[in-house]
Amino acid sequence: CRVHQWDSEEPVPRAELLAGVAGKRGLLCLLSDRIDREVLEAAGPSLKVISTMSVGFDHLALDEIKKRGIRVGYTPDVLTDATAELSVALLLATSRRLPEAVEQVKNGGWTTWKPLWMCGYGLSDSTVGIIGLGRIGQAVARRLKPFGVKKFLYSGSRPKPENATEFAAEFVPLTRLAEESDFIVVTCALTPATQGMCNKDFFARMKKTSVFINTSRGAVVNQEDLYDALTQGQIAAAGLDVTTPEPLPTDHPLLSLKNCVILPHIGSATYATRSTMAVLAANNLLAGLRGEPMPHELQL
Amino acid sequence: MWYHKPVINKELLQSLPNLKIVASSGVGIDHLDLNLLSSYSVKLSNTPFVVSTDTADLGMALMLASSRRLVEGHQMAVSPDTEYFPADWLGAELSGATLGIVGMGTIGYKVAERAKAFEMKILYHNRNQRNKEEESAVGAIYCKKIDDLLHQSDFVLLSVNLTPQTHKLIGKRELELMKPTATLINISRGLVVDQDALVEALQNKVIKAAALDVTYPEPLPRDHPLLKLKNVIITPHIGSATKKTRRLMMENMIESIQAGLTGLPIPNEVL
Repeated sequence: CRVHQWDSEEPVPRAELLAGVAGKRGLLCLLSDRIDREVLEAAGPSLKVISTMSVGFDHLALDEIKKRGIRVGYTPDVLTDATAELSVALLLATSRRLPEAVEQVKNGGWTTWKPLWMCGYGLSDSTVGIIGLGRIGQAVARRLKPFGVKKFLYSGSRPKPENATEFAAEFVPLTRLAEESDFIVVTCALTPATQGMCNKDFFARMKKTSVFINTSRGAVVNQEDLYDALTQGQIAAAGLDVTTPEPLPTDHPLLSLKNCVILPHIGSATYATRSTMAVLAANNLLAGLRGEPMPHELQL
Repeated sequence: MWYHKPVINKELLQSLPNLKIVASSGVGIDHLDLNLLSSYSVKLSNTPFVVSTDTADLGMALMLASSRRLVEGHQMAVSPDTEYFPADWLGAELSGATLGIVGMGTIGYKVAERAKAFEMKILYHNRNQRNKEEESAVGAIYCKKIDDLLHQSDFVLLSVNLTPQTHKLIGKRELELMKPTATLINISRGLVVDQDALVEALQNKVIKAAALDVTYPEPLPRDHPLLKLKNVIITPHIGSATKKTRRLMMENMIESIQAGLTGLPIPNEVL
């Protein structure tokens, strides 16, 4: 097949995307490409398959895609470990204040050792709340368990006992999870139900000593409310791998906070995992074009 | 005493004739002259065990931060010069990689427990081999010779105590035995590593990277080459830095002092 490629590390500009999809049978895209009605119209009736190199699909206008009988491939499972690993890495970096501490070493702020200087929060005997106990959520819990976590709580659309037993995790309402957790990790999908879920009320219920970690999608969090919570001392710190937008505008207030660690959406960013994702996305696309079952098809 | 101040030397001990006990924070005692204290009949205690979990956690934090490029990533995310996140900006995962733990004491073993959950293969080098149950609980394989560990590891983590035997344990020779793609993580003491050899190894890409919670001295002089290397993460000796643990350390020390003053058996006495 003939491939028209956007060959750059920069995201494809909108105009380029619209021009590029015209008359194409297949589209392989990233989560940073918004595939909405405009793109589908620009592609025209030839478009049969969309393959996204991600497990999230909130960037795809599924109603419009389904209407047009277009098939969709995505990449679950293969990125679970790398993303769970990054979530825990971010939790540790945030709760032990790594970027702040590294900065103090570099800028001479570290003069001498003091018992209460640069103290963070430990996982030992803590309660961890996981919002979204799916594949990634479970993989996060598995990695946190040996750190001496006393209790796992989880929230979501419904209880998932088959996922929870390994950790003796208790299904609780979101409000209770906020109130009782020392560490909260958000690993749910972005849906109309989860949009803006972590808001003023949520942060107000959290402990002053708690740490909030989001590696799901930026839109699950109300960023203004998060900023207020961090500056008013309602929560201790936050670690975000995802924001709205990505990157944040250079003058965004969250960027100025010492107790907010932000990463450039690197959940699945390892050589091994991205290679696997790329091959899977290609195979999904090719299978779709041949009218065959895909290795991982999104059921619409 | 917290950290290693004041310096416990002959002058100090002579000026404190009634001194019965020195309670030292943390588990390390490399900053103390045990013979000297003994000669003045001054007892010594430390705070082992209570520091172990936080220190093991920090070891994992450093290994993850290094491998997944967290410090760099954070800088990129917050930088005013960043217009987009490059699609091919990648790190290396811990899953399936080999961790070599040098010093399988309480802290080293806790690191192994954590690393196992990340699907790492675990090798360890220690004065003595641990028993079969302990080994199989974390899937750790004993390397009697440190060279074997160094050859095979993607991450080498140091969690030994500092003694004359472990002084400069990792020098030019050991660094050259490591893989060029390997990372050195030090949560033990700065002097366990030949620091000048480490600088050279990092500059010449003999090893890929280092993540250090401890150096010699602490802090490093402002112009030290380690502070300028892009492939090095340095944290200011925060292994046990949580309020909870620092409080427990204080409680331990008070208990030891009270016992020392009343002539009772001293908890955490160093003999």
